[in-house]
Amino acid sequence: MTQPAAKSPNPLSLKERMKVPRQPMPEQPPLLRVANFKEVNLGYSEDFARQEALRCLECAKAACVNDCPVGVKVKEFVQLIVAGNFMEAAAKIREDNVLPAITGRVCPQEDHCEGGCLMGKKVTPLGIGYLERFVADYEQRYMDPRNIKRASPSGKKVAIVGSGPSGLTAAGDLVQKGHEVHVFEALHELGGVLVYGIPEFRLPKQIIREQIDYMRAMGVQFETNVVVGKTVTISELMEEEGFDAVFIGTGAGSPLFMGIPGEHWNGVYSANEFLTRINLMHAYEFPKYDEPMLDFRGKDVAVIGGGNTALDAIRSALRLGAGKAYVIYRRSEAEMPARKEEVKHAKQEGIEFRVLTNPIEFLSDGKGWLSGVRCVRMELGEPDASGRRRPVPIEGSEFEVPLSVAVIAVGTSANPLIQSTTPGLATNKKNYIEADPMTQRTSRRGVFAGGDIVTGSATVILAMGAGRRAAKSIHEYLTAGTW
Amino acid sequence: MYKILHAEFIAPGIKRFVIDAPRIARKQQPGQFVILRVYEEGERIPLTIEKSDPERGTINIVVQSIGKTTNLLNSLESGDGIRDIVGPLGRPSEIGKFGTVVVMGGGVGTAMAYPSAAALKRAGNRVITILGARSKDLVILEREMREVSDALMVTTDDGTYADKGFVTDKLRQLVENGTRIDLVLAVGPIPMMRAVADITRKENIRTMVSLNPIMIDGTGMCGGCRVLIDGKSEFACVDGPEFDAHRIDFAVLVQRNSMYRVAEQKSMGDFQLERESLLEKVHAEQAECALQGGGR
Repeated sequence: MTQPAAKSPNPLSLKERMKVPRQPMPEQPPLLRVANFKEVNLGYSEDFARQEALRCLECAKAACVNDCPVGVKVKEFVQLIVAGNFMEAAAKIREDNVLPAITGRVCPQEDHCEGGCLMGKKVTPLGIGYLERFVADYEQRYMDPRNIKRASPSGKKVAIVGSGPSGLTAAGDLVQKGHEVHVFEALHELGGVLVYGIPEFRLPKQIIREQIDYMRAMGVQFETNVVVGKTVTISELMEEEGFDAVFIGTGAGSPLFMGIPGEHWNGVYSANEFLTRINLMHAYEFPKYDEPMLDFRGKDVAVIGGGNTALDAIRSALRLGAGKAYVIYRRSEAEMPARKEEVKHAKQEGIEFRVLTNPIEFLSDGKGWLSGVRCVRMELGEPDASGRRRPVPIEGSEFEVPLSVAVIAVGTSANPLIQSTTPGLATNKKNYIEADPMTQRTSRRGVFAGGDIVTGSATVILAMGAGRRAAKSIHEYLTAGTW
Repeated sequence: MYKILHAEFIAPGIKRFVIDAPRIARKQQPGQFVILRVYEEGERIPLTIEKSDPERGTINIVVQSIGKTTNLLNSLESGDGIRDIVGPLGRPSEIGKFGTVVVMGGGVGTAMAYPSAAALKRAGNRVITILGARSKDLVILEREMREVSDALMVTTDDGTYADKGFVTDKLRQLVENGTRIDLVLAVGPIPMMRAVADITRKENIRTMVSLNPIMIDGTGMCGGCRVLIDGKSEFACVDGPEFDAHRIDFAVLVQRNSMYRVAEQKSMGDFQLERESLLEKVHAEQAECALQGGGR
């Protein structure tokens, strides 16, 4: 362990810091929150934030910074919190992360900054995500949008395809270099998966709108209702609309179904559809909003899958009034890809986890509506390609769970809209776009890609990392003019 | 906001809109559709494009009042705006020189079949068109269809115009007369398309129909519009909307379209009670949007 830097504003000794407990995140109590779609986490107060910030050991070799896909200068912004300079702390985060209020809420910190935190090796890691969220919310409350600086124009135009995390990050970084940035979004609302995928109780729409307004103030231009590949092609953007470079950040796209009998019964949803109805279309507010939703009150619901999307879906179902709510997952809880905090929250809310269980058939009531799911119990065998132990069905262990609604959240596959309309754009055998992992360059001059459309489903922060690398390399390309 | 440049009823409950949507107009091909949202709290619904004018930057859609959204839409006039329109979506109709093509339009489906009929005619096919409607005043686009057809027949269910009966009666007659048919394109209500498929399956005549299942995004993202084709799921929004009628599981299509019937009836009931205040709200939203520069 290293000594704190001489200029540290932290009055506590390293020993004293270890004794300060991690400040808990204030949250809506489970019984209350399952009846509403409001945010579960309520955010730190100033006192909580300053107290938590005191715990930072200010390591010379800060693992938190290295482990952050966008390289947020954690130690520096935390020191600014200790000093009470919250606006400066926000500016420090913004040097590397244009969406701090979002990452502060949805990042799997345990896999990145907090995972490497030295405090975590001894006691509990520093609440970096909570602190980031606090600073971002503080900034939103007190900032004056007139103070947002605009860079002097470079004369170059960049098109960003998709307004999800990778696109917004690339847009934010590029506009700060003076490039004219236009973001094209297929849906009517900006934010991509942040809007259609992540529910209000985890990431309120208002937060996304504020972050996007901030980007507008930085000079980013947005156009909704443009499906690139249909409304306009990449070639047309470059040849007819004068864009010097294009970044493709369209996300993973198409929902995977399981290919088991009965997936077409009424009541069986893809997670994408179920969440889009709720989040983008506000179906949970029917009839105030017109998009309809089935009546969930008292009905038994299951989600199939163990990722964040699965938990978002089942927790939404609970808030629609579901009776029993199950997570059905074929591996064990240890292999679940969901954020730990979401698993904890889901359990507090009374969601039942049926792990080592795999659906083999959806059953119907004979009138076209789902009545249940037949499952088989699984056990873990040898590790598979992902390094996780492969689940193997246990013969003769079939059983049925009565259900009214099932939501399938077993992943996504590449949406081919852009690949099939962009000549010269190389793809891999799963039809994801080939892009250099460092420069995000594709096989086509001037075209860059990043996020889920390159890697397959991942996380918000990994997509943002790709957007950031792409912005850097787009800037280099536009400045040097060589490919 | 997408401005309505012209709106007129072409039949009772059926309205044609000419809308300013230059990006869509430039790219539209026969068989493709748009998804629109009338106002902020509105749902997204798919509607086939009747035709477009790339020079003027306009698209035409023909809308039949059925539920809340279509009734609200049909309450809008020229000068009003539509909050969101995205497109053109879906694969275009397959246009080629097939020989003799029978184009069948049932009710408002005629507006959707029209651009394909015109393109098939231009491609050098002999086009036989069969139009059907419940009664005389619901027969639409007869003149336009006649212009692009080598022969045109009309049926009405109640016999108030042309021949009493169904479009399928005419198709059966053609088949029985030994007319060589290379392709049938049918667009209309599901029972009509299903009946057409039953006739042509026996004769081994290739038959395409345009499906209109429940959709949200229209880009292949949500999977809500999945239809069973040869027992496998395909997405109508990106793999369709036109499919080989002989491969479609129509029973599942009907079942899935009924999923929200209860909610749809409630919406429609509310609409009838609140029509005026809802229209006021929509107009207020349009005014606000115009103040902000009418941005998209």
